[in-house]
Amino acid sequence: MLSIEDVQVFYGNIRALEGVSLHVKQGEIVTLIGANGAGKSTLLKTVSGLLKPKKGRVLLEGKEIGGKAAQLIVKKGISHVPEGRRVFANMTVEENLQLGAYLRKDKEGLKQDYEKVYSLFPRLLERLKQQAGTLSGGEQQMLAMGRALMAKPRLLLLDEPSMGLAPLLVKTIFRIIEEINQAGTTILLVEQNAHLALSIAQRAYVMETGRIVLSGTSDELTSSDQVKMAYLGGH
Amino acid sequence: MEYVQQLVNGISVGSIYALIALGYTMVYGIVKLINFAHGDVFMVGSFVGFYSITVLHLPFVAALLVSMVVCAIFGMLIERIAYKPLRNATRIAALITAIGVSLLIEYGFIYVRGAQLEAYPRDVLPDFKINLFGAEIESQAILILGVSIALMILLQFIVHKTKMGKSMRAVSYDAEAAQLMGINVNRTISYTFAIGSALAGAAGVIFGVYYTKIEPLMGIIPGLKAFVAAVLGGIGILPGAMVGGLLLGVIESFVSAIGFSLWRDGAAFIVLILILVFMPSGLFGKNRREKV
Repeated sequence: MLSIEDVQVFYGNIRALEGVSLHVKQGEIVTLIGANGAGKSTLLKTVSGLLKPKKGRVLLEGKEIGGKAAQLIVKKGISHVPEGRRVFANMTVEENLQLGAYLRKDKEGLKQDYEKVYSLFPRLLERLKQQAGTLSGGEQQMLAMGRALMAKPRLLLLDEPSMGLAPLLVKTIFRIIEEINQAGTTILLVEQNAHLALSIAQRAYVMETGRIVLSGTSDELTSSDQVKMAYLGGH
Repeated sequence: MEYVQQLVNGISVGSIYALIALGYTMVYGIVKLINFAHGDVFMVGSFVGFYSITVLHLPFVAALLVSMVVCAIFGMLIERIAYKPLRNATRIAALITAIGVSLLIEYGFIYVRGAQLEAYPRDVLPDFKINLFGAEIESQAILILGVSIALMILLQFIVHKTKMGKSMRAVSYDAEAAQLMGINVNRTISYTFAIGSALAGAAGVIFGVYYTKIEPLMGIIPGLKAFVAAVLGGIGILPGAMVGGLLLGVIESFVSAIGFSLWRDGAAFIVLILILVFMPSGLFGKNRREKV
Protein backbone atom coordinates (compact mmCIF):
# COMPACT_ATOMS: atom_id res chain seq x y z
CA MET A 1 0.00 0.00 0.00
CA LEU A 2 2.68 2.45 1.07
CA SER A 3 6.22 2.13 -0.09
CA ILE A 4 9.05 4.43 0.72
CA GLU A 5 12.12 4.10 -1.45
CA ASP A 6 15.52 5.46 -0.49
CA VAL A 7 14.11 8.69 0.94
CA GLN A 8 16.42 11.45 2.08
CA VAL A 9 15.14 14.44 4.07
CA PHE A 10 17.09 17.48 5.18
CA TYR A 11 16.52 20.11 7.85
CA GLY A 12 18.55 22.91 6.30
CA ASN A 13 21.92 21.29 5.77
CA ILE A 14 21.41 18.50 8.26
CA ARG A 15 20.40 15.19 6.79
CA ALA A 16 17.68 13.70 8.99
CA LEU A 17 16.88 10.68 6.84
CA GLU A 18 19.76 9.05 5.05
CA GLY A 19 18.05 6.92 2.46
CA VAL A 20 15.19 5.13 4.17
CA SER A 21 13.19 2.36 2.51
CA LEU A 22 10.14 0.77 4.02
CA HIS A 23 6.83 -0.67 2.97
CA VAL A 24 3.44 -1.21 4.53
CA LYS A 25 0.97 -3.72 3.12
CA GLN A 26 -2.79 -3.30 3.09
CA GLY A 27 -4.33 -4.26 6.43
CA GLU A 28 -1.10 -4.41 8.39
CA ILE A 29 0.05 -2.76 11.57
CA VAL A 30 3.69 -1.88 11.01
CA THR A 31 5.71 -0.24 13.73
CA LEU A 32 8.78 1.91 13.56
CA ILE A 33 10.83 1.85 16.73
CA GLY A 34 14.00 3.59 17.72
CA ALA A 35 15.50 6.10 20.11
CA ASN A 36 14.74 9.79 20.29
CA GLY A 37 16.07 11.67 17.30
CA ALA A 38 16.39 8.58 15.11
CA GLY A 39 14.17 10.15 12.47
CA LYS A 40 10.89 8.32 13.10
CA SER A 41 8.73 11.43 13.28
CA THR A 42 10.60 12.91 10.34
CA LEU A 43 9.66 9.87 8.30
CA LEU A 44 5.96 10.19 9.21
CA LYS A 45 6.00 13.89 8.39
CA THR A 46 7.50 13.08 5.02
CA VAL A 47 4.72 10.61 4.29
CA SER A 48 2.00 13.06 5.31
CA GLY A 49 3.53 15.88 3.29
CA LEU A 50 4.69 18.19 6.08
CA LEU A 51 8.27 17.62 4.92
CA LYS A 52 9.51 17.23 1.37
CA PRO A 53 11.96 14.48 0.48
CA LYS A 54 15.07 15.70 -1.27
CA LYS A 55 15.70 12.33 -2.85
CA GLY A 56 13.79 9.09 -3.18
CA ARG A 57 10.14 8.27 -3.65
CA VAL A 58 7.05 7.89 -1.50
CA LEU A 59 4.42 5.78 -3.23
CA LEU A 60 0.83 5.24 -2.18
CA GLU A 61 -0.62 2.34 -4.13
CA GLY A 62 2.05 2.85 -6.76
CA LYS A 63 1.43 6.58 -7.16
CA GLU A 64 4.07 9.13 -6.19
CA ILE A 65 2.97 11.34 -3.29
CA GLY A 66 6.39 12.48 -2.08
CA GLY A 67 6.59 16.27 -1.96
CA LYS A 68 2.86 16.84 -2.45
CA ALA A 69 1.16 19.35 -0.14
CA ALA A 70 -0.16 17.85 3.08
CA GLN A 71 -3.78 18.79 2.38
CA LEU A 72 -3.67 16.82 -0.89
CA ILE A 73 -2.24 13.76 0.81
CA VAL A 74 -5.09 13.73 3.35
CA LYS A 75 -7.44 13.63 0.39
CA LYS A 76 -5.67 10.55 -0.92
CA GLY A 77 -6.43 8.67 2.29
CA ILE A 78 -3.55 9.16 4.69
CA SER A 79 -4.24 10.68 8.11
CA HIS A 80 -1.47 11.62 10.48
CA VAL A 81 -1.89 11.82 14.25
CA PRO A 82 1.11 13.98 15.09
CA GLU A 83 3.43 13.70 18.03
CA GLY A 84 2.11 15.62 21.03
CA ARG A 85 -1.48 15.22 19.70
CA ARG A 86 -1.74 18.81 18.45
CA VAL A 87 -5.48 19.14 19.10
CA PHE A 88 -6.96 22.59 18.58
CA ALA A 89 -7.09 23.50 22.24
CA ASN A 90 -9.10 26.68 21.66
CA MET A 91 -11.95 24.77 20.02
CA THR A 92 -14.49 22.30 21.32
CA VAL A 93 -14.16 18.55 20.96
CA GLU A 94 -16.97 18.65 18.42
CA GLU A 95 -15.26 21.33 16.34
CA ASN A 96 -12.03 19.35 16.39
CA LEU A 97 -13.86 16.36 14.98
CA GLN A 98 -15.56 18.53 12.36
CA LEU A 99 -12.16 19.79 11.27
CA GLY A 100 -11.03 16.19 10.94
CA ALA A 101 -13.83 15.75 8.43
CA TYR A 102 -12.91 19.01 6.68
CA LEU A 103 -12.56 17.51 3.19
CA ARG A 104 -15.58 15.24 3.34
CA LYS A 105 -18.85 15.94 1.64
CA ASP A 106 -20.73 12.62 2.03
CA LYS A 107 -23.28 13.47 4.71
CA GLU A 108 -24.48 9.91 5.31
CA GLY A 109 -20.99 8.46 5.60
CA LEU A 110 -20.04 11.28 7.94
CA LYS A 111 -22.90 10.55 10.28
CA GLN A 112 -21.84 6.91 10.49
CA ASP A 113 -18.25 7.87 11.12
CA TYR A 114 -19.18 10.20 13.97
CA GLU A 115 -21.03 7.25 15.50
CA LYS A 116 -18.01 5.03 14.97
CA VAL A 117 -15.67 7.51 16.63
CA TYR A 118 -18.07 7.93 19.56
CA SER A 119 -18.28 4.18 20.05
CA LEU A 120 -14.49 3.84 19.96
CA PHE A 121 -14.07 6.80 22.32
CA PRO A 122 -17.20 7.23 24.46
CA ARG A 123 -15.29 9.86 26.44
CA LEU A 124 -15.38 12.20 23.48
CA LEU A 125 -19.14 11.99 23.29
CA GLU A 126 -19.37 12.97 26.96
CA ARG A 127 -17.18 15.98 26.37
CA LEU A 128 -18.43 17.13 22.98
CA LYS A 129 -18.99 20.78 23.97
CA GLN A 130 -15.87 21.07 26.09
CA GLN A 131 -12.80 22.99 24.94
CA ALA A 132 -10.15 20.52 23.78
CA GLY A 133 -7.55 22.32 25.90
CA THR A 134 -9.36 21.31 29.08
CA LEU A 135 -9.12 17.58 28.32
CA SER A 136 -6.62 15.31 30.03
CA GLY A 137 -3.65 14.05 28.06
CA GLY A 138 -5.29 10.70 27.40
CA GLU A 139 -8.51 12.32 26.24
CA GLN A 140 -6.53 14.59 23.95
CA GLN A 141 -4.89 11.54 22.44
CA MET A 142 -8.31 10.02 21.87
CA LEU A 143 -9.47 13.24 20.28
CA ALA A 144 -6.43 13.41 18.02
CA MET A 145 -7.10 9.86 16.88
CA GLY A 146 -10.83 10.40 16.48
CA ARG A 147 -10.16 13.57 14.51
CA ALA A 148 -7.83 11.68 12.18
CA LEU A 149 -10.39 8.92 11.71
CA MET A 150 -13.01 11.46 10.65
CA ALA A 151 -11.07 11.90 7.41
CA LYS A 152 -11.82 8.21 6.74
CA PRO A 153 -8.20 7.28 6.14
CA ARG A 154 -7.08 4.07 4.52
CA LEU A 155 -3.67 4.51 6.12
CA LEU A 156 -3.31 5.95 9.62
CA LEU A 157 0.03 7.30 10.79
CA LEU A 158 0.35 7.35 14.57
CA ASP A 159 3.23 9.18 16.21
CA GLU A 160 3.93 8.20 19.82
CA PRO A 161 0.35 7.63 20.95
CA SER A 162 1.54 6.43 24.37
CA MET A 163 3.61 9.51 25.15
CA GLY A 164 3.04 10.84 28.65
CA LEU A 165 0.05 8.61 29.40
CA ALA A 166 -0.59 6.45 32.45
CA PRO A 167 0.06 2.73 31.82
CA LEU A 168 -3.61 1.78 32.08
CA LEU A 169 -4.56 4.40 29.54
CA VAL A 170 -1.78 3.29 27.22
CA LYS A 171 -3.30 -0.19 27.24
CA THR A 172 -6.69 1.22 26.31
CA ILE A 173 -5.23 3.28 23.49
CA PHE A 174 -3.38 0.28 22.08
CA ARG A 175 -6.47 -1.89 22.27
CA ILE A 176 -8.30 0.78 20.28
CA ILE A 177 -5.49 0.92 17.73
CA GLU A 178 -6.00 -2.81 17.18
CA GLU A 179 -9.74 -2.27 16.82
CA ILE A 180 -9.20 0.45 14.24
CA ASN A 181 -6.93 -1.89 12.34
CA GLN A 182 -9.42 -4.74 12.48
CA ALA A 183 -12.06 -2.43 11.03
CA GLY A 184 -9.89 -2.16 7.93
CA THR A 185 -7.47 0.72 8.40
CA THR A 186 -3.81 0.07 7.75
CA ILE A 187 -1.54 1.48 10.44
CA LEU A 188 2.02 2.76 10.57
CA LEU A 189 2.89 3.25 14.21
CA VAL A 190 5.87 5.14 15.58
CA GLU A 191 6.50 4.26 19.19
CA GLN A 192 9.22 4.49 21.80
CA ASN A 193 7.62 1.80 23.88
CA ALA A 194 9.03 -0.99 21.73
CA HIS A 195 7.61 -3.80 23.81
CA LEU A 196 4.06 -2.58 23.44
CA ALA A 197 4.46 -1.69 19.78
CA LEU A 198 5.85 -5.11 18.90
CA SER A 199 2.98 -6.76 20.74
CA ILE A 200 0.35 -5.38 18.36
CA ALA A 201 2.32 -5.03 15.10
CA GLN A 202 2.84 -7.73 12.51
CA ARG A 203 6.09 -6.27 11.26
CA ALA A 204 8.58 -3.75 12.53
CA TYR A 205 11.47 -1.57 11.47
CA VAL A 206 14.19 -0.29 13.77
CA MET A 207 15.63 3.13 13.07
CA GLU A 208 18.90 4.60 14.23
CA THR A 209 20.29 8.03 13.27
CA GLY A 210 18.33 8.46 10.10
CA ARG A 211 18.47 4.96 8.70
CA ILE A 212 16.73 1.60 9.07
CA VAL A 213 19.07 -0.81 10.81
CA LEU A 214 16.81 -3.82 11.26
CA SER A 215 13.51 -5.07 10.00
CA GLY A 216 11.42 -8.18 10.24
CA THR A 217 8.28 -9.65 11.74
CA SER A 218 7.51 -8.60 15.29
CA ASP A 219 8.36 -12.08 16.56
CA GLU A 220 11.74 -12.02 14.87
CA LEU A 221 12.57 -8.63 16.30
CA THR A 222 11.29 -9.46 19.76
CA SER A 223 13.70 -12.36 19.94
CA SER A 224 16.57 -10.50 18.31
CA ASP A 225 19.43 -9.86 20.71
CA GLN A 226 20.13 -6.47 19.23
CA VAL A 227 16.57 -5.28 19.86
CA LYS A 228 16.44 -6.88 23.30
CA MET A 229 19.59 -5.07 24.30
CA ALA A 230 18.72 -1.69 22.95
CA TYR A 231 14.96 -1.40 23.24
CA LEU A 232 13.42 -4.07 25.40
CA GLY A 233 15.45 -3.60 28.53
CA GLY A 234 18.01 -6.28 27.67
CA HIS A 235 16.99 -9.42 29.49
CA MET B 1 -25.58 65.53 30.24
CA GLU B 2 -22.52 66.39 28.24
CA TYR B 3 -20.99 63.15 29.41
CA VAL B 4 -23.67 60.99 27.83
CA GLN B 5 -23.02 62.81 24.60
CA GLN B 6 -19.30 62.29 24.91
CA LEU B 7 -19.88 58.64 25.70
CA VAL B 8 -21.94 58.16 22.56
CA ASN B 9 -19.37 60.04 20.48
CA GLY B 10 -16.63 57.94 21.97
CA ILE B 11 -18.43 54.72 21.25
CA SER B 12 -19.05 55.78 17.64
CA VAL B 13 -15.41 56.65 17.00
CA GLY B 14 -14.44 53.59 18.94
CA SER B 15 -16.53 51.36 16.73
CA ILE B 16 -14.56 52.62 13.73
CA TYR B 17 -11.30 51.80 15.54
CA ALA B 18 -12.74 48.43 16.45
CA LEU B 19 -13.55 47.57 12.83
CA ILE B 20 -10.01 48.40 11.76
CA ALA B 21 -8.50 46.70 14.80
CA LEU B 22 -10.31 43.46 13.92
CA GLY B 23 -8.36 43.26 10.67
CA TYR B 24 -5.07 43.83 12.48
CA THR B 25 -5.80 41.21 15.03
CA MET B 26 -7.13 38.61 12.57
CA VAL B 27 -4.07 38.91 10.37
CA TYR B 28 -1.77 38.85 13.37
CA GLY B 29 -3.54 35.79 14.70
CA ILE B 30 -2.96 33.85 11.54
CA VAL B 31 0.42 34.97 10.19
CA LYS B 32 1.92 36.74 13.23
CA LEU B 33 2.37 39.89 11.19
CA ILE B 34 1.38 43.45 12.08
CA ASN B 35 0.07 44.52 8.71
CA PHE B 36 0.95 48.20 8.80
CA ALA B 37 -0.64 48.65 5.39
CA HIS B 38 -4.01 47.96 7.00
CA GLY B 39 -4.69 51.65 7.69
CA ASP B 40 -4.18 52.33 4.00
CA VAL B 41 -6.73 49.71 3.06
CA PHE B 42 -9.08 51.72 5.27
CA MET B 43 -8.17 54.85 3.26
CA VAL B 44 -8.74 53.08 -0.06
CA GLY B 45 -12.09 51.86 1.25
CA SER B 46 -13.06 55.38 2.15
CA PHE B 47 -12.27 56.63 -1.36
CA VAL B 48 -14.06 53.72 -3.01
CA GLY B 49 -17.10 54.60 -0.91
CA PHE B 50 -16.74 58.26 -1.83
CA TYR B 51 -16.65 57.57 -5.56
CA SER B 52 -19.49 55.06 -5.28
CA ILE B 53 -21.65 57.74 -3.69
CA THR B 54 -20.64 60.76 -5.77
CA VAL B 55 -19.91 59.22 -9.18
CA LEU B 56 -22.11 56.12 -9.20
CA HIS B 57 -24.81 57.74 -7.03
CA LEU B 58 -25.15 54.65 -4.90
CA PRO B 59 -26.96 54.78 -1.56
CA PHE B 60 -25.02 54.26 1.67
CA VAL B 61 -25.50 50.52 2.04
CA ALA B 62 -24.57 49.79 -1.59
CA ALA B 63 -21.47 52.00 -1.32
CA LEU B 64 -20.54 50.19 1.86
CA LEU B 65 -20.80 46.82 0.10
CA VAL B 66 -18.85 47.98 -2.97
CA SER B 67 -16.11 49.31 -0.75
CA MET B 68 -15.97 46.07 1.25
CA VAL B 69 -15.69 43.93 -1.89
CA VAL B 70 -13.00 46.14 -3.45
CA CYS B 71 -11.02 46.17 -0.21
CA ALA B 72 -11.34 42.41 0.21
CA ILE B 73 -9.77 41.91 -3.21
CA PHE B 74 -7.19 44.59 -2.52
CA GLY B 75 -6.21 42.96 0.78
CA MET B 76 -5.85 39.56 -0.86
CA LEU B 77 -3.64 41.08 -3.55
CA ILE B 78 -1.41 42.76 -0.97
CA GLU B 79 -0.98 39.44 0.82
CA ARG B 80 -0.37 37.51 -2.37
CA ILE B 81 2.17 39.95 -3.79
CA ALA B 82 3.96 41.29 -0.72
CA TYR B 83 3.63 38.84 2.17
CA LYS B 84 3.26 35.37 0.71
CA PRO B 85 6.80 35.28 -0.70
CA LEU B 86 8.00 36.07 2.84
CA ARG B 87 6.05 33.28 4.56
CA ASN B 88 9.24 31.65 5.80
CA ALA B 89 11.27 34.82 6.22
CA THR B 90 12.01 36.43 9.58
CA ARG B 91 9.23 38.41 11.20
CA ILE B 92 11.18 41.63 11.05
CA ALA B 93 11.55 41.25 7.25
CA ALA B 94 7.78 40.91 6.92
CA LEU B 95 7.21 43.85 9.25
CA ILE B 96 9.52 46.12 7.27
CA THR B 97 7.78 44.98 4.09
CA ALA B 98 4.45 45.94 5.63
CA ILE B 99 5.72 49.46 6.29
CA GLY B 100 6.99 49.56 2.70
CA VAL B 101 3.62 48.45 1.36
CA SER B 102 1.94 51.13 3.46
CA LEU B 103 4.14 53.88 2.02
CA LEU B 104 3.70 52.48 -1.48
CA ILE B 105 -0.08 52.61 -1.22
CA GLU B 106 -0.11 56.11 0.28
CA TYR B 107 2.23 57.73 -2.19
CA GLY B 108 1.22 55.57 -5.14
CA PHE B 109 -2.32 56.77 -4.50
CA ILE B 110 -1.18 60.41 -4.33
CA TYR B 111 0.85 59.95 -7.52
CA VAL B 112 -2.14 58.60 -9.42
CA ARG B 113 -4.86 60.81 -8.05
CA GLY B 114 -3.23 63.74 -6.30
CA ALA B 115 -3.19 64.68 -2.63
CA GLN B 116 -6.25 66.94 -2.55
CA LEU B 117 -8.96 66.51 0.05
CA GLU B 118 -12.42 65.27 -0.77
CA ALA B 119 -15.58 65.70 1.23
CA TYR B 120 -18.37 63.18 1.53
CA PRO B 121 -21.76 64.75 0.82
CA ARG B 122 -23.67 65.57 4.03
CA ASP B 123 -26.86 63.84 3.00
CA VAL B 124 -25.66 60.25 2.76
CA LEU B 125 -27.39 59.34 5.99
CA PRO B 126 -30.31 61.19 7.62
CA ASP B 127 -28.97 63.73 10.08
CA PHE B 128 -31.06 64.82 13.05
CA LYS B 129 -30.72 65.00 16.81
CA ILE B 130 -32.19 62.45 19.13
CA ASN B 131 -32.93 63.39 22.70
CA LEU B 132 -31.75 60.69 25.07
CA PHE B 133 -31.97 61.39 28.81
CA GLY B 134 -31.63 65.07 28.02
CA ALA B 135 -28.56 64.58 25.88
CA GLU B 136 -28.52 65.57 22.22
CA ILE B 137 -27.31 62.62 20.16
CA GLU B 138 -26.70 62.69 16.44
CA SER B 139 -28.66 60.13 14.48
CA GLN B 140 -25.53 59.39 12.44
CA ALA B 141 -23.64 58.33 15.53
CA ILE B 142 -26.38 55.81 16.27
CA LEU B 143 -26.49 54.52 12.69
CA ILE B 144 -22.73 54.14 12.56
CA LEU B 145 -22.74 52.24 15.79
CA GLY B 146 -25.54 50.02 14.48
CA VAL B 147 -23.69 49.20 11.26
CA SER B 148 -20.47 48.48 13.13
CA ILE B 149 -22.18 46.21 15.59
CA ALA B 150 -23.98 44.37 12.80
CA LEU B 151 -20.64 43.77 11.05
CA MET B 152 -19.05 42.52 14.27
CA ILE B 153 -21.90 40.10 14.84
CA LEU B 154 -21.56 38.90 11.25
CA LEU B 155 -17.84 38.38 11.81
CA GLN B 156 -18.45 36.39 14.99
CA PHE B 157 -20.88 34.23 13.06
CA ILE B 158 -18.41 33.63 10.24
CA VAL B 159 -15.56 32.81 12.59
CA HIS B 160 -17.50 30.48 14.87
CA LYS B 161 -20.16 28.87 12.72
CA THR B 162 -18.86 28.54 9.18
CA LYS B 163 -16.35 26.08 7.81
CA MET B 164 -14.19 28.95 6.60
CA GLY B 165 -14.13 30.47 10.08
CA LYS B 166 -13.26 27.18 11.69
CA SER B 167 -10.40 26.67 9.29
CA MET B 168 -9.19 30.19 10.10
CA ARG B 169 -9.18 29.44 13.81
CA ALA B 170 -7.47 26.12 13.22
CA VAL B 171 -4.71 27.67 11.09
CA SER B 172 -4.18 30.46 13.58
CA TYR B 173 -3.83 27.95 16.42
CA ASP B 174 -1.59 25.43 14.66
CA ALA B 175 -1.01 25.74 10.93
CA GLU B 176 0.73 22.40 10.59
CA ALA B 177 -2.00 20.48 12.36
CA ALA B 178 -4.56 22.34 10.24
CA GLN B 179 -2.79 21.13 7.11
CA LEU B 180 -3.10 17.58 8.38
CA MET B 181 -6.88 18.09 8.43
CA GLY B 182 -6.74 18.89 4.72
CA ILE B 183 -7.01 22.66 5.18
CA ASN B 184 -5.29 24.72 2.51
CA VAL B 185 -3.30 27.14 4.66
CA ASN B 186 -2.52 29.63 1.90
CA ARG B 187 -6.15 29.89 0.90
CA THR B 188 -7.19 30.35 4.52
CA ILE B 189 -4.67 33.16 4.95
CA SER B 190 -6.08 34.78 1.80
CA TYR B 191 -9.61 34.63 3.22
CA THR B 192 -8.40 36.18 6.45
CA PHE B 193 -6.88 39.12 4.63
CA ALA B 194 -10.06 39.44 2.58
CA ILE B 195 -12.34 39.58 5.61
CA GLY B 196 -10.06 41.89 7.61
CA SER B 197 -9.71 44.25 4.65
CA ALA B 198 -13.44 44.26 3.98
CA LEU B 199 -13.99 45.42 7.56
CA ALA B 200 -11.39 48.16 7.07
CA GLY B 201 -13.20 49.20 3.89
CA ALA B 202 -16.47 49.41 5.76
CA ALA B 203 -14.75 51.47 8.45
CA GLY B 204 -13.46 53.78 5.71
CA VAL B 205 -16.95 54.48 4.40
CA ILE B 206 -18.36 54.96 7.88
CA PHE B 207 -15.50 57.33 8.72
CA GLY B 208 -16.15 59.32 5.55
CA VAL B 209 -19.85 59.66 6.25
CA TYR B 210 -19.22 60.73 9.85
CA TYR B 211 -16.24 63.06 9.48
CA THR B 212 -16.79 63.96 5.78
CA LYS B 213 -13.17 64.94 5.00
CA ILE B 214 -10.98 62.26 3.45
CA GLU B 215 -7.48 62.37 1.96
CA PRO B 216 -4.78 59.87 0.94
CA LEU B 217 -2.88 59.97 4.23
CA MET B 218 -6.01 59.68 6.37
CA GLY B 219 -5.27 56.02 7.14
CA ILE B 220 -2.14 56.63 9.16
CA ILE B 221 -3.53 57.90 12.46
CA PRO B 222 -6.70 55.75 12.63
CA GLY B 223 -4.52 52.80 11.53
CA LEU B 224 -2.07 53.37 14.35
CA LYS B 225 -4.85 53.89 16.86
CA ALA B 226 -6.58 50.72 15.74
CA PHE B 227 -3.27 48.96 16.22
CA VAL B 228 -3.19 50.34 19.76
CA ALA B 229 -6.76 49.14 20.22
CA ALA B 230 -5.79 45.65 19.06
CA VAL B 231 -2.85 45.56 21.47
CA LEU B 232 -5.04 46.95 24.25
CA GLY B 233 -7.53 44.12 23.83
CA GLY B 234 -4.84 41.50 23.32
CA ILE B 235 -3.45 41.05 19.83
CA GLY B 236 -4.85 38.03 18.03
CA ILE B 237 -8.08 37.99 20.05
CA LEU B 238 -11.24 39.13 18.24
CA PRO B 239 -13.40 40.25 21.19
CA GLY B 240 -10.27 42.02 22.48
CA ALA B 241 -10.08 44.12 19.32
CA MET B 242 -13.75 45.11 19.64
CA VAL B 243 -13.51 46.07 23.29
CA GLY B 244 -10.11 47.69 22.77
CA GLY B 245 -11.47 49.84 19.95
CA LEU B 246 -14.55 50.97 21.84
CA LEU B 247 -12.56 51.65 24.99
CA LEU B 248 -9.98 53.70 23.12
CA GLY B 249 -12.71 55.76 21.47
CA VAL B 250 -14.32 56.49 24.82
CA ILE B 251 -10.99 57.36 26.45
CA GLU B 252 -10.27 59.81 23.64
CA SER B 253 -13.65 61.50 23.91
CA PHE B 254 -13.29 61.96 27.62
CA VAL B 255 -9.77 63.29 27.30
CA SER B 256 -11.10 65.99 25.01
CA ALA B 257 -14.23 66.49 27.12
CA ILE B 258 -12.24 67.38 30.21
CA GLY B 259 -10.41 70.03 28.24
CA PHE B 260 -7.36 68.29 26.88
CA SER B 261 -8.51 68.08 23.29
CA LEU B 262 -5.00 68.75 22.05
CA TRP B 263 -3.95 65.59 23.87
CA ARG B 264 -6.57 63.52 22.12
CA ASP B 265 -4.20 61.74 19.75
CA GLY B 266 -1.56 61.42 22.42
CA ALA B 267 -3.97 59.61 24.71
CA ALA B 268 -3.97 56.54 22.47
CA PHE B 269 -0.23 56.24 22.62
CA ILE B 270 -0.11 56.80 26.36
CA VAL B 271 -2.54 53.89 26.59
CA LEU B 272 -0.20 51.84 24.39
CA ILE B 273 2.77 52.56 26.61
CA LEU B 274 0.82 51.74 29.77
CA ILE B 275 -0.44 48.49 28.28
CA LEU B 276 3.00 47.44 27.10
CA VAL B 277 4.48 48.17 30.51
CA PHE B 278 1.79 46.73 32.76
CA MET B 279 -0.19 44.23 30.69
CA PRO B 280 1.80 43.24 27.63
CA SER B 281 -0.66 40.54 26.61
CA GLY B 282 -3.60 42.96 26.69
CA LEU B 283 -6.94 42.93 28.49
CA PHE B 284 -8.09 39.59 27.08
CA GLY B 285 -4.72 38.00 26.55
CA LYS B 286 -3.53 35.15 28.65
CA ASN B 287 -0.64 32.80 28.46
CA ARG B 288 -1.53 29.62 26.69
CA ARG B 289 -1.21 26.54 28.78
CA GLU B 290 -0.15 23.34 27.13
CA LYS B 291 -0.80 19.84 28.26
CA VAL B 292 1.53 16.98 27.66
